[in-house]
Amino acid sequence: MPAGRLKTNETEGRITLSRPITFSFNGKTLQGYQGDTLASALLANGIHLVGRSWKYHRPRGILGSGTEEPNAVVQLGIGARTVPNVLATQLEIYEGLEASSVNCWPSLEHDLLSVNGWFSRLMPAGFYYKTFMWPKSMWMKYEQAIRRASGLGVSPNLPDPDRYEKTYAHCDVLVVGAGPAGLMAALAAGRTGARVILADEQSEPGGSLLYSRETIEGLPAMKWVAGVWQELESMEEMKLLRRSTVFGYHDQNFLTIAERLNDHLPRWECRGARERLWKVRARQVVLASGALERPLVFGNNDRPGVMLASAVSCYINRFAVAPGSRCLVFTNNDSAYGAALDMVDAGIQVQAVVDCRPRPRGVLPERLRQRGVEIIAGSVVVNVKGTHRVKAAQVMQLPAQNGILKGEKRLIHCDLLAMSGGWSPVVHLSSQSGARARWDDARACFLPGMPVQQERSAGAANGSFSLNACLSEGSFAGREAARLAGWEWDNQPDPPSSSMQLEEPVQPLWLVPSEYAPGRGPKQFVDMQNDVGAADIILAAREGYHSIEHVKRYTALGFGTDQGKVGNINGMAILAQSLGATIADTGTTTFRPNYTPVTFGAIAGQEVGEKLFEPVRKTALHEWHQARGAAFENVGQWKRPWYYPKSGESMQEAVNRECLATRESVGIIDVSTLGKIVITGKDSGEFLNRIYTNAWKKLAIDKARYGLMLGEDGMVMDDGVTIRLSENRYYMHTTTGGAAGVYSWMERWLQTEWPDLQVFLISVTDHWATAAVVGPNSRRVMMGACQGIDFSAQSFPFMSSREGTVGSIPARINRISFSGELAYEVNVPANLGKPMWEVLMAVGEEFGITPYGTETMHVLRAEKGYIIVGQDTDGSVTPDDLGMGWALSKTKDFLGKRSLAREDCMREDRKQLVGLLTINRTEVLPEGGQIVEDPDAAIPVPMIGHVTSSYYSACLGHSIALALVQGGRSRIGEIVHIPLAEGRVIPARISDPVFYDPDGERQNV
Amino acid sequence: MLEIPCPWCGLRCESEFSYGGEAHIVRPENPEALNDEAWADYLFMRKNPRGPHLEQWHHVYGCRRWFNVKRDTLSYRIECSYRVGEQPPEGEI
Repeated sequence: MPAGRLKTNETEGRITLSRPITFSFNGKTLQGYQGDTLASALLANGIHLVGRSWKYHRPRGILGSGTEEPNAVVQLGIGARTVPNVLATQLEIYEGLEASSVNCWPSLEHDLLSVNGWFSRLMPAGFYYKTFMWPKSMWMKYEQAIRRASGLGVSPNLPDPDRYEKTYAHCDVLVVGAGPAGLMAALAAGRTGARVILADEQSEPGGSLLYSRETIEGLPAMKWVAGVWQELESMEEMKLLRRSTVFGYHDQNFLTIAERLNDHLPRWECRGARERLWKVRARQVVLASGALERPLVFGNNDRPGVMLASAVSCYINRFAVAPGSRCLVFTNNDSAYGAALDMVDAGIQVQAVVDCRPRPRGVLPERLRQRGVEIIAGSVVVNVKGTHRVKAAQVMQLPAQNGILKGEKRLIHCDLLAMSGGWSPVVHLSSQSGARARWDDARACFLPGMPVQQERSAGAANGSFSLNACLSEGSFAGREAARLAGWEWDNQPDPPSSSMQLEEPVQPLWLVPSEYAPGRGPKQFVDMQNDVGAADIILAAREGYHSIEHVKRYTALGFGTDQGKVGNINGMAILAQSLGATIADTGTTTFRPNYTPVTFGAIAGQEVGEKLFEPVRKTALHEWHQARGAAFENVGQWKRPWYYPKSGESMQEAVNRECLATRESVGIIDVSTLGKIVITGKDSGEFLNRIYTNAWKKLAIDKARYGLMLGEDGMVMDDGVTIRLSENRYYMHTTTGGAAGVYSWMERWLQTEWPDLQVFLISVTDHWATAAVVGPNSRRVMMGACQGIDFSAQSFPFMSSREGTVGSIPARINRISFSGELAYEVNVPANLGKPMWEVLMAVGEEFGITPYGTETMHVLRAEKGYIIVGQDTDGSVTPDDLGMGWALSKTKDFLGKRSLAREDCMREDRKQLVGLLTINRTEVLPEGGQIVEDPDAAIPVPMIGHVTSSYYSACLGHSIALALVQGGRSRIGEIVHIPLAEGRVIPARISDPVFYDPDGERQNV
Repeated sequence: MLEIPCPWCGLRCESEFSYGGEAHIVRPENPEALNDEAWADYLFMRKNPRGPHLEQWHHVYGCRRWFNVKRDTLSYRIECSYRVGEQPPEGEI
């Protein structure tokens, strides 16, 4: 019979023949049925060749039937919704689906880069590293070309139009996998009343039963599954997740699941989110993730038409597809005989079974013999003929002598080669949880290690491959998990039994010998997705790579979208053989999340674009600033007006105008963003004494004082003005960016070191709107706007605070200054900020009151040599470095004080804050510029400091800068140089950091 | 993601907390009396053990309480948590 769709009723499997679906592959319109995957639909259409390999561009076909597939990787859709690296074996087809091959040019059938295959002898492991690293400078150029020639798929370059969700869940028992073991585990746990989540990555439950012809409790396997599913659905505390891959097992039984909600539907039927990311905290976990069949490693084992035996069964029984018409089976264990029987019953000609075991006598081999199929025992397939499709295979007799086979080569014609190299339990999640997988010689596979978290494996995932063992282990694991989570039920029925027969043991066969020395002869692929052959691993071992982790990185074994699901164990075993070590000693590479690729969309969820979790903070006056045309600057999370350009004005022109207006008459700035913390309690004064460098207890009520805060290492951490509001109540200002940190810092000391102090902290930053009215005319503005306050210099002196009203709004007015001018800060409840501001603007109009932004604020403060913590300091700057030794109390302890007496803090040549005046008065230095004494000195030129703040000062008609310079205060008057990246060097003279009104007369008027 | 038992709020997700390093480091009563080495020891030196570790955590997106946790740095297992001022269960520091 020809290959393609099997059309009898009994073999229609899990597809619905009454619901045909039209889709396209590489531009060709094809038909499949509801229930098909792309892979099964392609095979039904006789298409085996689906892609080109990554490095050699060899033609590749469908190898498997699930997540293990290394070859059948396709590009899905176009435009913003295109998805690279989709597994054809997992993709359910839907009406209108468009998929194409990746990694071939100009077309799948005629790939020009397949010349790489002819030269493959010259492209061994590490080829790119060895060849293209010299000269080193050219690597970037080579890399571009190599990347174009390799790689899988193309990512979309438009914003993702889909929506993604996240959800948190807690459960007593999480069961991973809905095969026989998982279903039984969920059933046993669910019957106790425990809260259970059962997650399975396929479109329907059943796992291996989806293609099994066994019976359970006398029922066809999928009838039994339907019954179990119905019972599970009826349980109140049961959550069943289909198309949901548990991809990560993290600390403390925290697991992540990607649920695909829409990927199986045509566009017009998609509703809601595309994917949902589940973050599950489970008391107990049952891992019933099954096992993956291993390929065998022989010559040209990557040709289209070479498939895993289980995949052949799956295509026949689940999808009613014959992947070939004449098949040769190659195995080292009994399970492939089941596939051979499936083929015989489906009418596929089975040419022979080649078994490396000398005397296969199990129940299944016997059954096959009775069907008249030849079993070629003690033999191996050494090579495959055919390029785009298997045409024949060469078989030779074991044993090998010195690793080489001698004797007759028998040629057997076939268009399908079903292979089975044994089974590997999916130990990924158990390994991610911290358990160290252990090698089991008898079963020739890695088994889950001793649990370190609350988990257990059951069924094939636990190395128990027989169906009866899966059912009973699953049942026991589910019961045990529920019991440990606090749930029990005494009436648990015995687990069901199945018709499946016992099997004879597997005979490990890692690298199939041939007439050539190991690694010679036709390519024997280990990792098909990364084009890693046995020869590459043998070469890596010969070149001195002995750790599996190094061999992985040298050869690319186990990279890629499949992460070596089919290839890794063979690769590790071949490395062990090459090194003369055991597999247990060689070990595995680290299993890391994610088990299968997860979309960035699922991980990002709703937190994308404008909806980023970082909040935007706006002051109560934000709309006013916007209406006034302000340009904004981000300061931490805050949006602050940067400057207010008038039409046609450049930034510099606007800033010059704002500076001059403020110094000459009056300006106004929104300073609501400054951090504000109320400190209350009878020990508040003592607390401030410890937190700040200066003394606080004698500060009079309604007086303000500047405070400097240090870390315990003595470095400046924050600064600001604090006002004493009453006997036991202080009002602290912090820097805008430092508010949250300072608050936490103070909480920490109060809670951990000084719980005896009676002090309470209240963060009130958002409670107040604050406007600073600044300039020689500010007093006149305040007198016009405020009631109830005497603004005369005698009764309201500098660094004091008063309460009154602005318009009719109650306000606290602080006479403090960050500009060196006469200035007042007006605080009102935040929701009254705008009327307060408008009163001040109206009264100030007469004086040409000018709103200014952060840039003008910076210029004004730099003219006065006032620092900004975090700009002029960087965590390595002491108060003395800033010339602020005057702020350090000598009579009390404070945080950081002892550190200031360390030798390093007392060096004379520490970097100190100084001013810089450029020789060319209009040239503004770049902030961050490095300062050198002699720009012509030999490289590396010694750097003696750097520019921290730099502006053009319109008031002074001169460029000014602040800088930290080694021993700077003793260098005042010296010329230094600031070399620029472009090669030019700017000379500047070191000066005092106070450029304007050095005696501070203007703020004291 | 760890689950951390806040002694005030109960078991909560790690994302609600921030880490504060080794616990039970007491600020010297009279820093001025210490030589540089003793001060540096207080300031910089930490045990950084491989195994059980007594450490501080801050329930920063919760009750904003600082507290102590005994956590194994190898397995990440959290044995217990206790309030500031309390001693760890075995009284060891």
